[in-house]
Amino acid sequence: MPKKSMRTALNEAMAQEMRRDPTVIVIGEDVVGGQGGLGETSVGGVFGVTKGLGEEFGLDRVIDTPITESAIIGTAAGAAVAGLRPIAELMFVDFLGVCFDQIFNQAAKFRYMFGGKARTPLVIRAMTGAGVRAGAQHSQALHSIFTHIPGLKVVVPSSPYDAKGLLIQAIRDDDPVIFLEHKTLYDIEGEVPDEAYAIPFGEANVLREGRHATIVALSRQVHTAMDAASQLASKGIEVTVVDPRTTSPLDEDTILECVEETGRLVIVDEANPRCSFATDVAAMVADKGFAFLKAPVRMVTAPHAPVPFAPVLEDAYVPDAARIIAAVESIVANEEAAA
Amino acid sequence: MTGIAAITMPRWGLTMEEGTLTGWLVGLGEETRQGVDVIEVESTKLAGTVEAPATGILRRQVIAVGQTVPVGALVGVIADADVGDEAIDAFIATFAPVDLDVEEGGASEPRIVSVGEHRINYLRKGGPGPVVLFVHGFGGDAAGWGFVQEVLAADHDTIALDLPGHGASSKAISDGSLAGQAAIVADFLRALDLGPVNLVGHSMGGGVCIALAAAHPDHAASLTLLAPMGLGAEINADYLSTFATAQRRRDVEPALRLLFADEALVTKALAEEVVKYKRVDGVSEALAAIERAILDHGSQKAVLREDLAGLAQPVALLAGAEDRIIPPAPVAALGGTLLPSVGHMPQVEAPDQVIAAIRKVARA
Repeated sequence: MPKKSMRTALNEAMAQEMRRDPTVIVIGEDVVGGQGGLGETSVGGVFGVTKGLGEEFGLDRVIDTPITESAIIGTAAGAAVAGLRPIAELMFVDFLGVCFDQIFNQAAKFRYMFGGKARTPLVIRAMTGAGVRAGAQHSQALHSIFTHIPGLKVVVPSSPYDAKGLLIQAIRDDDPVIFLEHKTLYDIEGEVPDEAYAIPFGEANVLREGRHATIVALSRQVHTAMDAASQLASKGIEVTVVDPRTTSPLDEDTILECVEETGRLVIVDEANPRCSFATDVAAMVADKGFAFLKAPVRMVTAPHAPVPFAPVLEDAYVPDAARIIAAVESIVANEEAAA
Repeated sequence: MTGIAAITMPRWGLTMEEGTLTGWLVGLGEETRQGVDVIEVESTKLAGTVEAPATGILRRQVIAVGQTVPVGALVGVIADADVGDEAIDAFIATFAPVDLDVEEGGASEPRIVSVGEHRINYLRKGGPGPVVLFVHGFGGDAAGWGFVQEVLAADHDTIALDLPGHGASSKAISDGSLAGQAAIVADFLRALDLGPVNLVGHSMGGGVCIALAAAHPDHAASLTLLAPMGLGAEINADYLSTFATAQRRRDVEPALRLLFADEALVTKALAEEVVKYKRVDGVSEALAAIERAILDHGSQKAVLREDLAGLAQPVALLAGAEDRIIPPAPVAALGGTLLPSVGHMPQVEAPDQVIAAIRKVARA
């Protein structure tokens, strides 16, 4: 299978769906790029994810907008209920705050308030996460906020394969989807089929199976968790690593199944810890899987603080393998690991 | 021997990136001989053994049972008794992982050939030597032969193809019947300009091989049939329809467990690999079309016993005694081998017997 970067995988997903379905459009700041025209200056977004779409599909379907997030999402939500399948790009997830009304009160509510008769097939793509020295206003991991809102689906891919399949599913889905791409993952490579494929939402990926503990991790933290898992294996501790892929809907069954097999749970999330994905999974397992647990549930998250700009502080802010290993070791008794 | 030999993690198939050591078959300090099984290894898809690369004493067990390491990584060291410990320590310290992609008989990139309206993906390894063509079963693919193909590639020209609707081949199905698929495989052989080949078919692919040899005797040098369709009417039709329709890992897992005698072989990672294929656009439709073409009210549509009986070529027949997909009784009745503690996947659960059976009938 060919190897591709996550950037290429995302680009391929959009291009293939735009070829298949003429109602799919792309709208956002600099999605064509450059001076608003086609050709060499059309960079395709800050990280080049939409590069080439303007050339192939024209400026009627790939629309550069002014810097006004509320107008981008308002336009896209309106276009969605009117029959198009817009992919709106908002650069940084941090900026979604300026269009919460369009997202929370409009797009997320249409199906409910119109008695199930309205569809809002809208995808909102944005970059998430720390690690590129972009400061407190461009580095947050805000998936938990959107997970809280019924009517939204929330996708946090960790690999190029997942990114393509989940974005195709997001475009084909009839509800608004918040699609969050971690800035540090655009250049990672992985096997991605050339053909189109859709990964259903609410289906976790189990990357590794062990018997001592389960680690649930998202997005970039899946890679940190896998690193921790291989280091733990050399110490005789075998862990299961679960990537839920989507926080809404959440694959509770797979998480519970893995906790039942291992009896221990560590949740890794680079978001802030209060009212978060990590607390949500911890509460769900305490509620539905308490009998499986042999030890307390541990969370490895960012602190309840903004993302620091100083590089050393930013690096200390994001969960790393050492913290995950310490969390797992704190709940896996020595005699258990040796057994 | 002179010097020091490395036991390394093998690569069984292109998709294998790491393997887990599941057992030592030779104790530390014990003598072993070149070609004797020395370790047991498991990947996400396969379990098997690795032969000692040299004759000597197992001087070091570099990794522990249960450990997972990348392919090519050092697992153990064999050397004569007179080699010093310092030399072995230095060998381990400076060991560079073997790049298995370029080993003799190693993996080659898959290739695509156009056959009529179909694009057929295939994986060719090894050569020179007699040509062996692997034809997978319903929902399978070329990579599923991994270990068997890898071993035979040492002295055969081996080709594993993806049937239409499967693997990386195009997904549209023109005629999903055994005879229809056999005609496409015959065109594939002509497109590659191959003479008579040694056909190895599993399950539906076994039925395809019988139909192919019957329609084009000049294309078949021998047949090795593993749990083939076409020998009787009985088949677990529920398995086929569950496999064809399941879209999620948790729905696929119970179906996959029916394939093996040892259900522990069905890991979540294996199930995820299967649903990766199931998610591709066009696959559900392709499998449904094939299912309609090969089944009739829950029974096999084509019974090819007379075609098989009429073949002049040597035929090897194998099935797992615990096959829960196609009952193995017809294989036994025809004098075939029933493998104990093996389910519907002899190439995974008993690869050594499959390799031996192919070697016995294959000819140039």
